[in-house]
Amino acid sequence: MAEWYEAHQHDVVVIGAGGAGLRAAIAAAAAGASVALVCKSLLGKAHTVMAEGGIAAALANVDPQDGWEVHFADTMRGGQRLNDYRMVEMFAREAPERVYELEHWGGVFDRTPDGRIQQRAFGAHTYRRLCHVGDRTGLEMIRTLQDKAIHTGVEVFMEVTLTRLLRDGDRIAGAFGYLREDGRYVLFRAKALVLATGGWGKVYKVTSNSWECTGDGCAMAYEAGAELMDMEMVQFHPTGMVWPPGVRGILVTEGVRGEGGILRNGQGERFMERYDPKKMELSSRDVVSRAIYREVQAGRGSPHGGAFLDITHRGAEFIKQKLPSMYEQFLTLADVDITKSPMEVAPTIHYVMGGVRVEPGTGETTIPGLYAAGEVAAGLHGANRLGGNSLSDLLVFGKRAGEHAAAYTRGLQAAPRADEREMEEERRSLERPFHADGGENPYQLHEELQAVMGEHAGIARTGSGLAEGLQKILALQERADRLRAGGSLLFNPGWHQCRDVRVMLPLCEAIFRSAIERRESRGAHWRLDCPDQDPAWGSKNVVVVRENGRMKVTTRPVPLMTAALARLLEPKA
Amino acid sequence: MTASIQMAGPRPEATFHVFRGDRTGGDLRTYRVPVTEGMVVLDAIHYIQAHADGTLACRWNCKAARCGSCSAEVDGRPRLMCKTRVEEFAGRPITVRPLAAFPLIKDLVTDVSWNYRVDREIPPFTPPPNDPGPWKLYAEDVARLFEFRRCIECFLCQDVCHVLRDHGGRDRYFGPRFMVRIAALEMHPKDTVSRASLLHGKAGIGFCNITKCCEEVCPEHIHITDNAIIPLKERVADEYFDPWRALLRLFRGPREPRGT
Repeated sequence: MAEWYEAHQHDVVVIGAGGAGLRAAIAAAAAGASVALVCKSLLGKAHTVMAEGGIAAALANVDPQDGWEVHFADTMRGGQRLNDYRMVEMFAREAPERVYELEHWGGVFDRTPDGRIQQRAFGAHTYRRLCHVGDRTGLEMIRTLQDKAIHTGVEVFMEVTLTRLLRDGDRIAGAFGYLREDGRYVLFRAKALVLATGGWGKVYKVTSNSWECTGDGCAMAYEAGAELMDMEMVQFHPTGMVWPPGVRGILVTEGVRGEGGILRNGQGERFMERYDPKKMELSSRDVVSRAIYREVQAGRGSPHGGAFLDITHRGAEFIKQKLPSMYEQFLTLADVDITKSPMEVAPTIHYVMGGVRVEPGTGETTIPGLYAAGEVAAGLHGANRLGGNSLSDLLVFGKRAGEHAAAYTRGLQAAPRADEREMEEERRSLERPFHADGGENPYQLHEELQAVMGEHAGIARTGSGLAEGLQKILALQERADRLRAGGSLLFNPGWHQCRDVRVMLPLCEAIFRSAIERRESRGAHWRLDCPDQDPAWGSKNVVVVRENGRMKVTTRPVPLMTAALARLLEPKA
Repeated sequence: MTASIQMAGPRPEATFHVFRGDRTGGDLRTYRVPVTEGMVVLDAIHYIQAHADGTLACRWNCKAARCGSCSAEVDGRPRLMCKTRVEEFAGRPITVRPLAAFPLIKDLVTDVSWNYRVDREIPPFTPPPNDPGPWKLYAEDVARLFEFRRCIECFLCQDVCHVLRDHGGRDRYFGPRFMVRIAALEMHPKDTVSRASLLHGKAGIGFCNITKCCEEVCPEHIHITDNAIIPLKERVADEYFDPWRALLRLFRGPREPRGT
């Protein structure tokens, strides 16, 4: 009998082809596993390509005093110690090796005068630490990994949307979804899955994230019963574009400030003097974002509700060499020549620190055979991520997840079996929008969802605002059952949008429930009704899990640092 | 639905003729879209999807000219839709069609998978064995690579290349994108493999007759012809058409790629 779906079988299936997915696929293939890499877009277009400023790794090429210990301490402080210190230690120790490995795979970085990898300053990094190529580091990284992956025997499947993880008893058995090109259904049978699906910035309107960033992996893992952690921690990047309207939210790299850019308010004051006189523009992202927000609230904003970022004093030649993409971006999209005029910027949703809870060294989730790495995984960044730490996160934990997934498959006696009834159920659910009479427009619902998140789960939060936002999201969840799509299964964005909205709603719910739970302000989570840090909350991570079809909120103790590592965080005498 | 166009008052509108269809055929359809300040063509496509027809297919990702996904032919010219401002057309209707050099899937989406198959045929970066590093590479030695590595794989150069577009030469020529790719590998100071035989043979560099159309459409302003294709042609000429080398080959037999 002809199947109604296409089927593939691999040891390890990696979902997502940004930095973490590519690195995981390479690692799993190098360990001898048969590997499928499933991308939602074309290969090489994942959101990693948008990373600009650099990869944080303590190579100490420019500042010889740097080392993994300082990187460890900076990362823990930046995350307000909500981080899993074990992950941070592995990360800080292994990042340099992962960067050199990229160079051996053909990646080319900017150089120091003596021929080593150049490093630049970035927010809240004690030393100049970001390895970079102008302001297109993400492109360099993704292209290098892409080239390595296709020559390491990884089988790549492009423009595939996976919508459901399949289990055999407790264990992972594969993933099910459809090919965007013609709506053909597809089953990936797998002994292990690696989620590398990135974040969910698209739940906000003003975001630096692309359409892909809808949190598919996180939502699927939640549906399958995995624990999510730190979901309240959503990062505003201080500098997104604000004008014209169509570009609002597009990232302006922190590299601008790293290379000496100065922030001024609408009255021309260098306002960071009031908020962090020591680190100034290079304070951590949560601090700079709040500072801009406060200036705007106080009526000292720029014409379109932001601040001015000025790099003109570095001269045209320097700017075009170190920040070529920024130069081009402002010139073509905003008619601003950044070598002559300041940029207008405002905070934009950029990154989620929370995600699927994983074992620190292996990336294994609470579901056997399911691994997660990169932005979709929680634990490394705590309450606030430092710039540049994301790219090294992808490399360090992508590799670890890929290796451990491959090792897990070697220990399995029999391949898990996927349940066809689950797939049929998923297909019915996916096709429901074609049969909805007079239902809801998915684009409209997405806009409403974004409006709720912007209003109630933005940069400044309150308990009552969060509670109201949660109710609105729950109401949208009901309406999402009535989403409608026209046309056929053939490359159909409207139909796809129905699925995206349904994926994002539980993640919004998790953000609200976690944010309500954490009754303090810490890192990116700023509650006007609980404006101070509470030490009692500093020792807890908020966790949500699905139980009997409902979202349950609990907490877990933050792992306690060893005495030796804790000493690294003590202020120097 | 959100506010209708009429409710918004006397907002200026732009007219778009967008190709709609699939492998079985199609035609241009007309849409009126309200214009906002700084609007780009991709914004208009998104507007049409959200307000008029959710089935209109296009690719896009970053919306900042960094990923190279939203390639299309705007008024007959291969462009990134996210970088093409609506004001540029001064109120004239704007025609948007899919890339013509690749098979159509639907609307503005074409099947570009051939490019990814070509990529696999290019021998990857191969540094010397037993050279663990960290490497000393000086800025002046790698400077010319940066231009090539800026490529965002939008395939606009492939779309406009006469060999691929007008002569269906995908079986003979890899196209400008992959000349850039090969140039970046060949000129890397640590690479040890020669791709001259590939260029001369399957990659078909000889088919490029240097019309420079590819350079004109490159959103990253890469000097594809001058800096990649011509130096590679010189390499191939040195290898295959230099009489002294030909004589050497007669005695030595065909040379193996370096470093293998």
